[in-house]
Amino acid sequence: MDSAEELVAMVADCRVAERRIAIMGHGSKPRRVAWGHETGVEELSTRAHSGILEYRPEELVITAQSGTPLAELADAVAAQGQLLPFDPPRFGGEGTLGGAIASGLSGPARPWRGSIHDAVLGVELINGLGERLRFGGSVMKNVAGYDVSRLVVGSLGSLGVVLSASVRVLPAPAAEETVCTRCSASEADVRVRCWARRPLPITGTCYVDGTLSIRLSGGPAAIEPAKVDIAVDESGDAGIWEAVRDRAHPFFGRNDVITRLSLPRGARFDDDDALIEWGGTQAWIAGEPRSLAANVYAETFRRDGDGWTTSRPPVDGTVAKYVERVRHAFDPDGVFVGAGSG
Amino acid sequence: MSDTGVLDRLRAALPAQGLITDRQAVRPFETDGLTAIRERPWAVALPETVDQVRAVLRICREGEVPVVTRGAGTGLSGGARPLKDGVLLTLTKMRGIKEIDVDACTATVEPGITNLAISQAVAEHGLFYAPDPSSQIACSIGGNVAENSGGVHCLKYGLTVHNVLGLRVETYEGDELVLGGKGVDVLGVDLLYAIIGSEGMLGVVTEVTVKLLPLPVCKHVLLGAFDTVETAGDAVGAIIAEGIVPAGLEMMDNPAIRAAEDFANAGYPRDAAAILLCELDGTEAQVATDALRVREVLESRGAEVTSAADAATQEQLWKGRKSAFPAMGRIAPDYYCMDGTIPRGELGRVLGDIGRLADEYGLRVANVFHAGDGNLHPLILFDANQPGELERAEALGGRILSRCVQAGGTVTGEHGVGVEKLDAMCEQFDAAELAQFHRLKAAFDPAGRMNPGKAIPTLARCSELGGMHVHAGKLPHPELERF
Repeated sequence: MDSAEELVAMVADCRVAERRIAIMGHGSKPRRVAWGHETGVEELSTRAHSGILEYRPEELVITAQSGTPLAELADAVAAQGQLLPFDPPRFGGEGTLGGAIASGLSGPARPWRGSIHDAVLGVELINGLGERLRFGGSVMKNVAGYDVSRLVVGSLGSLGVVLSASVRVLPAPAAEETVCTRCSASEADVRVRCWARRPLPITGTCYVDGTLSIRLSGGPAAIEPAKVDIAVDESGDAGIWEAVRDRAHPFFGRNDVITRLSLPRGARFDDDDALIEWGGTQAWIAGEPRSLAANVYAETFRRDGDGWTTSRPPVDGTVAKYVERVRHAFDPDGVFVGAGSG
Repeated sequence: MSDTGVLDRLRAALPAQGLITDRQAVRPFETDGLTAIRERPWAVALPETVDQVRAVLRICREGEVPVVTRGAGTGLSGGARPLKDGVLLTLTKMRGIKEIDVDACTATVEPGITNLAISQAVAEHGLFYAPDPSSQIACSIGGNVAENSGGVHCLKYGLTVHNVLGLRVETYEGDELVLGGKGVDVLGVDLLYAIIGSEGMLGVVTEVTVKLLPLPVCKHVLLGAFDTVETAGDAVGAIIAEGIVPAGLEMMDNPAIRAAEDFANAGYPRDAAAILLCELDGTEAQVATDALRVREVLESRGAEVTSAADAATQEQLWKGRKSAFPAMGRIAPDYYCMDGTIPRGELGRVLGDIGRLADEYGLRVANVFHAGDGNLHPLILFDANQPGELERAEALGGRILSRCVQAGGTVTGEHGVGVEKLDAMCEQFDAAELAQFHRLKAAFDPAGRMNPGKAIPTLARCSELGGMHVHAGKLPHPELERF
């Protein structure tokens, strides 16, 4: 269903009436409760603006309206033997394409198949002036104008309402296998970092509770030699990737406070009590972080009733000044609540 | 401040020979790779350190002097064309490697280092930097960031934007932005994506952290020769539909094949209507299976297939493709290289239309391009010494780009807009979109003195052209006068 006209009208009306808007898809993301603290905020739901607009598998691109459920997108591409490389989280099975773009979240294959930033090729957007704008397109290579499509990724609704987006897809591997081994976090860290420097068909690593799981993808001809190469061949739990991706793994229920650590590539991290994924570049700890290196980014999620509130470290002052100016360039009257209150 | 005041201050801030103002000495800087457009800069500044870059920007800001940043000057769209009243900030002396972090698979470098030098420096660790524009031997990484450069291997490895993790940027106002780093995922608006591909309009990149990949252990190259351009185009889609993502998938049409063969003796079939070059890389087992499948796809579409598993034969097969551009120089005095991208499925149709348009304009066009990405490089052959030919070539180029936009594509896949494609931008974007671009620029450069006049056309220019693309008959800001 196409409700673009209504959404454009709502933004324009709110701008004139000086009311603020919080953009919402399925409302599945943790930080939703934060918006409740601000009064006079209207909710703009993209839920009804849903549907796949164009999908030609040989182009490796799918274009859909922002309210399209991620599950519907994933099913559509799977039916053609393809996958969404950024494999976005679906909390409680929910989540929309627009929500995935606005929150910039990527799944377990992120270091190998790329992030959602990497996959987005074009967006259609309503800016704060109520204008309907198109940036990028549906082709891989496109350098006409500033790369607004990728700037919108992760902007948490602060630049505008995504109406539709084109994202890159990839052929699904002919075969996939999860293998695992018992080891300490320190040993897992060393092995995973060593594999990163070699051309191996790895598309996921996850260390939790003393077990390192590795996902191998490719033709069968590639997987068997890789198992020999990494010296791991015990069969693992293939369900772990989806469980970790959607935060449904029991680890995420262990504490009312969960912290996500984004670690610089190559940094050592060997906390035996953590869940460590992405080839050692993303870790989750139950509770508050203790002491962290300066170059580690930590984001804390606190259970709050049915949802979660989050706290993030402040952005560097100079960068924040320019981010604010960029927001103003898209939304001069401050119509969108965006992430500021999150 | 007087002009001489600015020059004196610049000279004092820069090393000896770091400021060129002599009218003859600035000549080598009057153009980038788009040689049809020339302008001698007022002054050329060649800083060696970030502090000197900052000083140049400060002095220019105080003197209200515009700045054009330039790397090696290999860009093909005039993005680094100087201004006669501006400073050309040339970063080629800042070419150091600050750090190679083998554990992180990253390199942190200065902007003036050449693209190829990065891969050379990390090869001993079994790593490489993936984007490889054809000018990689000369082009600088800073220029690559400005243009979001591509290359032959984008289909599998992505463009510059997929391979840059962090940037340090100096703004005209004197701020330093440290964006990204070694791949930390931070929530919120990420300005890295505003800077990459911004054609030097937002700030000066003084440091780049790139992602390095493990060198593939095995490569295989196949060449398929086709009777028609359309079947070659279809084979491109068919390879992808097989679930194979080749490292490179290049196509040449008959005029390009003949020119390249005359020049390089690569062993290409001179009578083929089109050839496809397909490079596969990865683990040995995977490459071997994929090569068999690609061969089947090509043969099932009637192609004659040559296959090369060893490095020497592979190099021979690539030789013709890599010498295609110099080869054109032998068959025509001048050529004009276009850069539109279209959905792969449109390849056959659009190539046919380009041929018809070429006939209409009485000019020859050869096609050598990145078929896997749908990134066309039609080369319009002409002779600038014949009155009217350059204008005809430019007009034909404009028509070809319009056709790309019509097909759902874009006016530039990897060369950038610069000054060359300003008019074509009026066709791809409407007034509200262009206005949004201008507001984004102003967020970084309110004074409008970083590379002014490039990349995004003014609304007035588009109105004058009459080509303004208007959605639903509505112009934003109808109160503005348009002339």
